[in-house]
Amino acid sequence: MDQFLWVVVPYLCLAVFVVGHFWRYRYDKFGWTTRSSQLYEDRLLRLGSPLFHFGMLGVVGGHIIGLLVPRSWTEAVGIDDHLYHYVAVIGGLLAGILAVVGMVILIYRRRTVGPVFSATTPMDKVMYAFLAVVIVLGMWNTIAGSIFTIGGEYNYREGVSVWYRSFLAFQPDAALMAAAPIGFQLHALTAFLLFALWPFTRLVHVFSAPLGYVTRPYIVYRSRDDVQLGSHRPRQGWERVGR
Amino acid sequence: MRVMAQMAMVMNLDKCIGCHTCSVTCKQAWTNRTGTEYVWFNNVETRPGLGYPRTYEDQEEWKGGWELNKRGRLTLRAGGRWKKLATIFSNPKLPSIQDYYEPWTYDYETLTSSPASENFPVARAKSLISGKDMNVEWSANWDDDLGGSREHAARDVMLKGIEDKVKMEFEETFMFYLPRICEHCLNPSCAASCPSGAIYKRSEDGIVLVDQDRCRGWRMCVSGCPYKKVYFNHRTGKAEKCTFCYPRIEVGIPTVCSETCVGRLRYIGLVLYDADKVLEAAAVEDDHALYDAQRACFLDPDDPEVQRAAESAGIPADWVEAAKRSPVWALINKYEVALPLHPEYRTMPMVWYIPPLSPVVDVIKDTGHDAEDHGNLFAAIDALRIPVEYLANLFTAGDVEPVDRVLRKLGAMRSYMRDINLGRDPDDSIPAKVGMDGETMYDMFRLLAIAKYEDRYVIPTAHAEQAHALEELATECSLDFDGGPGMYESGPFGEGSGRPTPVAVENFQMLRDRQLSDTLAAPDDKSTRVNLLNWDGKGVPTGMFPPRPDAQPDVPDAGLTGGTGGQGSHPPGDRPGEDSGRGKG
Repeated sequence: MDQFLWVVVPYLCLAVFVVGHFWRYRYDKFGWTTRSSQLYEDRLLRLGSPLFHFGMLGVVGGHIIGLLVPRSWTEAVGIDDHLYHYVAVIGGLLAGILAVVGMVILIYRRRTVGPVFSATTPMDKVMYAFLAVVIVLGMWNTIAGSIFTIGGEYNYREGVSVWYRSFLAFQPDAALMAAAPIGFQLHALTAFLLFALWPFTRLVHVFSAPLGYVTRPYIVYRSRDDVQLGSHRPRQGWERVGR
Repeated sequence: MRVMAQMAMVMNLDKCIGCHTCSVTCKQAWTNRTGTEYVWFNNVETRPGLGYPRTYEDQEEWKGGWELNKRGRLTLRAGGRWKKLATIFSNPKLPSIQDYYEPWTYDYETLTSSPASENFPVARAKSLISGKDMNVEWSANWDDDLGGSREHAARDVMLKGIEDKVKMEFEETFMFYLPRICEHCLNPSCAASCPSGAIYKRSEDGIVLVDQDRCRGWRMCVSGCPYKKVYFNHRTGKAEKCTFCYPRIEVGIPTVCSETCVGRLRYIGLVLYDADKVLEAAAVEDDHALYDAQRACFLDPDDPEVQRAAESAGIPADWVEAAKRSPVWALINKYEVALPLHPEYRTMPMVWYIPPLSPVVDVIKDTGHDAEDHGNLFAAIDALRIPVEYLANLFTAGDVEPVDRVLRKLGAMRSYMRDINLGRDPDDSIPAKVGMDGETMYDMFRLLAIAKYEDRYVIPTAHAEQAHALEELATECSLDFDGGPGMYESGPFGEGSGRPTPVAVENFQMLRDRQLSDTLAAPDDKSTRVNLLNWDGKGVPTGMFPPRPDAQPDVPDAGLTGGTGGQGSHPPGDRPGEDSGRGKG
C-alpha cells in the first residue's frame, strides 16, 4: 500500500502532468488562456486576485525552499532549526493567509456573481475543490503541526522533504512518507492529484507567465504566413486523372 | 531608410449618412459569435457624443496610448513592462462590460409557446452575459443622432476646454458621424502592451493582428489601445480586433466595411513609410507637431530613390505601382485633406479622416446666405469656432490651423465645381486661394465626389509563393485541409478550446463535402443511392432494409435483384439511383 501511495500514484500523476501539458500545448494552444472574468466583475477581483496570486507565489517559493533545500545546507550556513522554523512558519503563515483570503474572496465571487458563475465550467469546479483542499490541508499542517504541534513533533525536513527529493531523483523511499503524519500525507496526495488535473484545467496559464515581455521589443513584426492565403490552402493546379 | 508598406484607409466624413451598414456587415462577417456579442470591430459614433465604449477618449481615465515621460522619452501611459507584470493579476484599467454595454437577446420563444390569452405575449430582453431578464439601458450607438443633446453630447470628452463656447441649444447644435475601425497604427500601443507578444504588425502590409494561439488573455491590449479597438472575447478568453479583413485584402478586394459602404466614403490604398523614423516622429514634443511629423514618415512612391529602397526592402514592383496610385497617399500628402484621428495618442494611426464641412454649410444655409459661395464659406470657417475647434480636438490634437486649411479646401472645391457644373467659366482664383491649381482641384473632386470603385480601392494582391503547395509535395500534413480531422471542433475544454474557427465559416460544410469526396460533385456510391422523395416503391434499393436471412450475403447487388422479384425489380445493370440522383441534384 505504501508503495502504491507514495511511489505509483506520484509517478503516475507526474507523468500525466508532463505528458498532459505537452499534449495540451500541441492540441489546444487556442484554449490555453487565463479565461479571465474581469470583464464581468471588477471590484471583488481587484481585491481577491492579487491577494491570491501573490500569496500563491509566496507559498510556491516556500515549498521550493522547504522541499528542495536539504537541512544540512542551511545548517552549513549557520541557520539552526529554531531560526529556520521561525522564518518558515512566519513566512508560510503570511503567504498562506494571503492566499486563503484571496481564495475565499474569489470563490465567493465565482459563486455569487451571476455571469462569473455561469462562465464556470465543470472542470473549473473540480479544480477549485482540489485547490481549496490542498491549500486548507497545507494551512492545517502549518498551524496545527508546526505551531500547536497537534499529533506530536514532526520535522518535515527530515521526512517529507527527503522523500520528495528521493522522488525527484527517481529513487523513491516510500517509508519516509508512510511515517509522516496524516495531515502531511493527505496534503501530498491531494497535491499530486491536483498536478494530474493541472494540464486539463485553466491552471495551465501558470506556464505562460510572460517573463519574455521584459526583454522583447515593444512592437512585434511578423511576416505573413506564406503557406496559405486567407483560410484556405491553395488548391492544386490540376485534377487527378483516374484512380 | 527602411521602407515598409502600410495598408491604410481614409474616410470622407462629409459623405457619411450614419446608416451603420459598415457596422452591421462587419459584425455579420466577424463578430456574430458567442463571446463577441458586444464587440463591434467597426462602429459609427454620433459626434459630439460619448462614443463606444463610453468616454473612451478620456485618457486621463483609461490611460491608453503613449505619452512622453519627464525625460521626453516615449512610454506607455498605463505604465511600462514592470508595472504591467506587477498588475497582471487584475488589470487596473479594464473597461467593464457596462462601459461597452450588456449584450442581450429577446425571449422570442414566449411569442410562439405562450397559451392563448387576452393580452399579447411579450418577448422580454434577456442578458447574454447573465441569462437573466434585463432592462436595456445602453448599447453601442445608444446616443445615435443625439449629437446636440444635453444628456449625451455634453459629456463628450472632446468638448473639454470649449464647453463655455458650445451652446447645447437645439437650434444651435451640430453633429456628424464618425465611423471607426482599428487604426492599424505604425506604433501600436496594444502590441506594445501585450505581455505575451501575441499582437503583431504584419511586415508586408502593416495590418495589426492578434495571434489567437499565443494570446493568453492578460487583457493589457484592451487597456493599452487608446481607441479601445481591441476587445476581450469573454467566451474564449482571448483578445480580438479588427483584421482589416486581411483574407479579402490579400486577394485584392476591399474590406467588408468599405465594400458595403453606402456613402462610398472609404478609400483603401498603400502608403510607403520609413520605419526608422516612426519612433522619432511619435516622440516629438509638441502635440500639434505630431500631424506633420507623421506625414514626414511617409515616403513619396514617385521618388526614384524611394523606389530603389523599396525594391531592396523586398517590396514587389506592383506594390510600388499601387502605392503610386494610392488614393490614401493622394488624400494625405497630395491634396492634404485627410487628418489622423487623435494624433496626440502618439500611436501613429493609419485610418485618416477628411473632416466634415457640412456643419459649417448647415449654419450658413440656416442664416439664409448662399452656402456654396466661397466667400461665405471662408468667412464662416473663420467665424464658426465651435465646429472647427471640436474637429481640431479630434483630428489635430487641438490645432485649429490644419482643420481650417482642410475645410477651406473643401469649401473652395464646392464653389469651384459649382461654376463648372452650372456651365460657367471656372474661376481659377478660388483654388489659388487655398494653394491649389484648377486641375488638381478637379482631380480632387473626381476622387472625393465621383469616387469610382477602382479609384477608391487600389489594393495589390499579396504575393505568396505557392509553388510548394501546388506541387503537392508530401511534406505537409495531408489532414490539414478544411474540414479534415485537424480542423476545428468543440474541444474538450469547452467551446473556447481546440483550433480556432476558420475564417470562412459559411462555406465549411460545402468545402468539407467537396474535399472529402473523390469525385467532383458527388460521392462514389451516389449511383446506388435512392432519393426517397421520388422512389416509386418498386424495387428495393441497397441498404434500405437489412438483408434477408435466406439471401446469400456474398452475391453482389443482392438487395437490388433479389428483392420483390417480378415486375418491380430492376434488371441488373439498370441503376435506379442514377435518376433519383439527378432528381436530387
